[in-house]
Amino acid sequence: MTPPARLQATALNSTHRRMGAKMVDFGGWDMPLQYSGILEEHRAVRSTVGLFDVSHMGEIEIHGTDAAALTDYVSTNATAKLQPGQAQYSGLLYEHGGFVDDILVHKVASDHYFLCVNASNQEKDYQHIASANRDQAAVELSSDRYSQLAIQGPRALATLQKLTAADLAAIRYYHFIDGSVSGIPARIARTGYTGEDGFEIYFAPEHSERVWNAIVDAGQEFGIKPCGLGARNTLRLEAGMALYGHEIHSTITPFEAGLHWIVKLDKPDFIGRAALARQKEQGITRKLIGFEMTGRGIGRDDYEVFLDGAPTGWVTSGGPSPALNKNIGMCYLPSERAQPGQRIQIMIRGKAVDAVTVPVPFYKRAN
Amino acid sequence: MYPQDLHYTKQHEWVRLAGDIGVIGITDYAQQELGDVVYVDLPRVGTKVERGKTMGSVESVKAVSDIYSPVSGEVIEINDALATAPEKLNESPHGDGWLVKIRLSAADEIQGLLSASDYEKYVAEETGH
Repeated sequence: MTPPARLQATALNSTHRRMGAKMVDFGGWDMPLQYSGILEEHRAVRSTVGLFDVSHMGEIEIHGTDAAALTDYVSTNATAKLQPGQAQYSGLLYEHGGFVDDILVHKVASDHYFLCVNASNQEKDYQHIASANRDQAAVELSSDRYSQLAIQGPRALATLQKLTAADLAAIRYYHFIDGSVSGIPARIARTGYTGEDGFEIYFAPEHSERVWNAIVDAGQEFGIKPCGLGARNTLRLEAGMALYGHEIHSTITPFEAGLHWIVKLDKPDFIGRAALARQKEQGITRKLIGFEMTGRGIGRDDYEVFLDGAPTGWVTSGGPSPALNKNIGMCYLPSERAQPGQRIQIMIRGKAVDAVTVPVPFYKRAN
Repeated sequence: MYPQDLHYTKQHEWVRLAGDIGVIGITDYAQQELGDVVYVDLPRVGTKVERGKTMGSVESVKAVSDIYSPVSGEVIEINDALATAPEKLNESPHGDGWLVKIRLSAADEIQGLLSASDYEKYVAEETGH
């Protein structure tokens, strides 16, 4: 019951295997795809609470008096506006304006920034940031020092509150505190990738099993479900959130991906700014938009999109939406046509199937 | 776990024979590998199918898989219930989750299929268990 040798494993690997998770190679990591089933796990997060091991995610820390300047120089979003204890979604770009990665920037203190980055991008991100370090900031790839768990769903707060003295209700969305969970020092952030309320916690990996089990026990009365990456993907798709390698990658800019709100052209210079300013002036040629299948079939990742009978775009992510009971997805279209209500066809295994463009997100929680 | 009266393929389909009619489905192993089935694309009644050729597809939340016809013949009935309740494929892969009925055009093709015990051995080798 060990992972294939070529794959990396989180501290909870044997726990997942013992609990009967179906494991999958996710970008070089041996990760749980599902436990009880993607649909059941998805519904648990939408209706009560789910627990995810996302320890494959990377952490990069930037320290020192130049930490703020460096963090801001590599970020598209205005990190200077962050207060200690606040987190922000941001882009890490190349000079040409394409994504190195999408990241969460946490301001721990004015001389300490904590970045959560995608698992398979962490080395690349680290190199990118370190090579932009013109001053004296200390850049560290510290992924080995953290396990990350996501507790997501309407009962996430009630579940986690049993395990900490911190007043979780007082932590606002996209804010965090340094506290403890089950007696283990932990960074507790009110963030997530599911479209529900919830928390992501970071702590030393040697305590992983203890913290995992404590959360499973605390959530028992709410019907907590351990969840895999399958449900994580259907949840983030319904919430219209981008996934690196799909909606965004090295040749896609934030404007094309509909992420204008993470680009602050009026802040001090940052990597990719010139290219984005040019694009803003000239306009974009392609744009991300949601779609719903109207014909029978499921438009999936990388399928071709047809407009007026000609191939004009591609599906970035697609699949069934358990909450809406529809088949949904996101795709790139020529920007002038990327508006809701556009009739498109998706080439599904050699057959053109009807779909219609719709705004994202597909799902918004009630409160 | 695999019913003795069925004939199996290495692509994880099964056939239950009654005279010259074969009921076709996918195996319990196949449904487990797929996960939650959300959509089944089946051939129309009257379609001529050929052994080893694609005759439809099964889609789970995560992925799409071809269904290969284990025998040649003509589709005489499809399991309409799967259109509204594709989860039957997960719940009862060797029973209510059947896919189509085919009138066999070459009955001897059955000889080339696997017995329950041979199929079970094959799956065990595939998965390394």
